Amino acid sequence: MEWQFLFELTINGLLTGMMYALIAVGFVLIYKSTDAINFAQGEFVMIAAIVVAGMAANYGFPIVAAIAVGLLFMIVFNFALERIVLRPMIGRPVVSIIMATIGLALMLRGAGPLVFGAETRPLDIGVPDEPLIWGPLFMTPIDVVGAGISIMFLAIFGWFFMKSRKGVAMRAVADSHMISMAMGINVERYFALAWILAGVVALLGGLVWGSAIGVDTQMAALGLKVFPVVILGGLDSIIGVVVGGLIIGVCEALAAGYIDPLVGGGTKDFTPYVLMILVLMFRPYGIFGKPIIERI
Amino acid sequence: MFHRESGYFKTTYQADMGLYPLPIARYAIVAIAALFFILLPAVLDGYYLSIINLVAIAIVGALGLNILVGFTGQISIGHAAFMSVGAYTAANLATKLDLPFWLTLPAGGAMAAFIGILVGIPSLRIKGLYLAIATLAAQFIIEWIINHTPTISGGVAASIEMPRPNFFGMELATQAELYYFLMVIAVIAIVGALNLIRSRIGRSFIAIRDQEIAAEIIGINVFKTKLIAFGISSFYAGVCGVMYTYYLGVANYENFQLITSIDYLAMVIIGGLGSVLGSIFGAIFITMLPIVIRLLMETFGSIFIDDAALAQVIAQFRLIIFGGLIILFLVVEPDGLAKLWQNIRNYFRFWPFSY
Repeated sequence: MEWQFLFELTINGLLTGMMYALIAVGFVLIYKSTDAINFAQGEFVMIAAIVVAGMAANYGFPIVAAIAVGLLFMIVFNFALERIVLRPMIGRPVVSIIMATIGLALMLRGAGPLVFGAETRPLDIGVPDEPLIWGPLFMTPIDVVGAGISIMFLAIFGWFFMKSRKGVAMRAVADSHMISMAMGINVERYFALAWILAGVVALLGGLVWGSAIGVDTQMAALGLKVFPVVILGGLDSIIGVVVGGLIIGVCEALAAGYIDPLVGGGTKDFTPYVLMILVLMFRPYGIFGKPIIERI
Repeated sequence: MFHRESGYFKTTYQADMGLYPLPIARYAIVAIAALFFILLPAVLDGYYLSIINLVAIAIVGALGLNILVGFTGQISIGHAAFMSVGAYTAANLATKLDLPFWLTLPAGGAMAAFIGILVGIPSLRIKGLYLAIATLAAQFIIEWIINHTPTISGGVAASIEMPRPNFFGMELATQAELYYFLMVIAVIAIVGALNLIRSRIGRSFIAIRDQEIAAEIIGINVFKTKLIAFGISSFYAGVCGVMYTYYLGVANYENFQLITSIDYLAMVIIGGLGSVLGSIFGAIFITMLPIVIRLLMETFGSIFIDDAALAQVIAQFRLIIFGGLIILFLVVEPDGLAKLWQNIRNYFRFWPFSY
């Protein structure tokens, strides 16, 4: 019985971990190409889900149309955001950029409920509710679908970065802004592209997580879960995001299953951070992160 | 202040580094002291004094954070956790051992400094954003530990009733009495910070912020200095937490959550990184902002929306305005309110010539 419990926790942890990776990848994307740390990624996910659920519930849009509206909104919003807020901030101290995205996060947290109402809404993207029972294993269908979407998207992403012209250009921009400029890459356009892609990823994350836990401002808390994931994997590594996501997902599930009954709950929220600090002690740039060489 | 400085020539480094840049500054300080310690408490009633009290508390916390972020260049997103360490230490000492405030204040600060140094230890290897997230981790871990250890947090609700500060047998209960108590501590904190940054330690903080390797080469012990910065900064945070606990009369972890850390970060950045005056401006600005927004919304909001709906949207509007103002300030005035103040001053200093 014991190993079955462990097995079930691990599988569900892995599925959740893949879903974390889906959110975290938006974060890494922005950091990699623009050097900005985005504290509003959780809020992006939230606002995307709120727009989709709000369009479907308040205005009676069919779900596909609502998702299309959500997609359009995220693209336009993130494009404008990069232009108005982030571009003037290029070259500022890190802490200023962090603060700007925190300000953005607060705005989104206020604006979402203001426009679409503050109640918790279900988001139905056509995934059944009954748990999948496979031998001794219980799985929630949305977790499986979410993990599937996540793997699919990360694969597309990998292809995009390795093979496509724009992807290669983005990697060049990530490596060095100045050399990319010298090579004739329009760096600012790729900044905008990075933010737009992050918005699209946030929409996917919003759909998956929204149908898993319901849509309201609580979703923004997902942003805090993502930090251990990205730090563990390394801030600038896509593979790191997947590995970090899986580790954190399993770690969380095991903590909830084994440590929670002993100490009375709540360990789920902070064990990822403890694990993260332990890893940072040995690898200061995460597992796959690129060490920064300092020169005078 | 708006005074002319022609005719004063500094001939020594000592004069250049002086606490009072010009002789007239002494009179300005006396005038400000008279305003805050004699005039304001005499004219204002309890409500306004309570707002100034909150500002005084925030000034201490913001100064502490600015020493770390603005002067040493280490980011901390977990400063509220250090405040809660100070608050619970003082609350436990005051209730269980009956210690007076002049012992609980430094004890709370010292405990917070100890925890802060522990959190700062990774800063030798972990830098920049990684360190920022590590301090975020400290925020969650400390919060959880306090919450789940009944001996620290005093039971289920995790709150401890705090006795009022006792000054030579006089209980400081009203806002006016607390005003003097908090104001004196804030002044000590301001003077302490001003002197700290003029000292050898303060200058080595700045050297580390500007170029860590270069600082090491000229003989600064980077690790030790960073730990000192974490220690001093958390000491301020701990004292700030104790002040807040005395002000509220109860120690509760809910006052020291992530959002509080963010508020203090906002104070430091909007006020101006690496500026003592900026910390004060930032503390005033961020403390007053929610109060002013609420006042404006309650006064003018009913013109646009009916009253029942207004009560619901007021919190959301506050978030939007707060976030929007943070972004606006960062985009328009990167160096914060301190720079804005300097610009205004310079305009008058050079008036009527614009150069």
